Amino acid sequence: MGDLILTGPALERAKSEIDNALIKAGVHTVLLIDQAGNVVASCGKNSKDMDITALAALAAANFGATSQIAKLIGEDDFSLLFHKGKRDSIHFAKIGKDFILVTIFSDEVSLGLVRLRVAELSNSIQRIFDKGTSI
Amino acid sequence: MALIDLSKREVHCKIVYYGPGRCGKTTNLLYIYNSMNSNAKGKLLTIETKGDRTLFFDLLPLNLGKINGFDIRIQLYTVPGQSIYEATRKLVLKGVDGLVFVADSLRVRRKKNLESLQDLIANLQGYNLDIHSMPLVLQYNKRDLASSPIPTLSIEELEQDLNSKLGVKAFEAAATKGLGVFETLKDISKKTVRYVATKHLLRPEKQMEKAL
Repeated sequence: MGDLILTGPALERAKSEIDNALIKAGVHTVLLIDQAGNVVASCGKNSKDMDITALAALAAANFGATSQIAKLIGEDDFSLLFHKGKRDSIHFAKIGKDFILVTIFSDEVSLGLVRLRVAELSNSIQRIFDKGTSI
Repeated sequence: MALIDLSKREVHCKIVYYGPGRCGKTTNLLYIYNSMNSNAKGKLLTIETKGDRTLFFDLLPLNLGKINGFDIRIQLYTVPGQSIYEATRKLVLKGVDGLVFVADSLRVRRKKNLESLQDLIANLQGYNLDIHSMPLVLQYNKRDLASSPIPTLSIEELEQDLNSKLGVKAFEAAATKGLGVFETLKDISKKTVRYVATKHLLRPEKQMEKAL
């Protein structure tokens, strides 16, 4: 795994893609993190009381833990995880090899819509970062 | 893997405290957390089991000022030391920039220290990292017990066991009392930041070319 360097333009492009696909659909917070648990970008309502550093670290760890479960049942990895809460739910999706997209949304947004938009986003974000920001 | 954010001008480094179970990795972090100014530290996150053992990791974010106009942020992680948590240990090492190996001075833990160091070397290899080329310091913890009747290892024995091949700087510590904790942190942060900075920030033109 090489070092990851973010350039302003690539980051801005990724953020605007996330904004259009998810934030405009009513999702309240989206984080793009890497697999080591670093926050690459955060979009939407970034409530001050939410500790995004901790959230990112735990989300990456969550993926690691479930990938061990995946191995137990003969899978390599799970590409998405979903946790449902009473009011807010959280959706994690793997993007390429290095990134995880964390989406937090309330029960007013349907899971199906989130999944659809995340799947579309996954391709476009991969394209943005493949162009040479990750070396 | 350090994360360098050019738009916010921030560098994020990850330092992992590694070592056998119950050697005092979490105690190190707790001491740092309790002594730091609240402006410079984030929230300490720990995932513990009921028996007080770290289940996943502890995480403590710190701010360390600026280099070349870049804000330096360090995240301190610990791993669960117990051998059954092999998978999580490997996971926490992902993207590591600097390492502290905490060794237990108790004589009964001698074998555990060695096993844990071997485990670290193997896990790093899993990410194509070589322990000899990474920023690393050793910490011999629980030195306060040396004067007690509990059988402990001498510094020479610890050096012989753990540091004969590595030849890195080692610190004596008593993490519960805070002795040696900041000395260890200061040295590893300095080494890690230097490692990340010489690798990237001091040659910005070259990196930018690659990035663009």
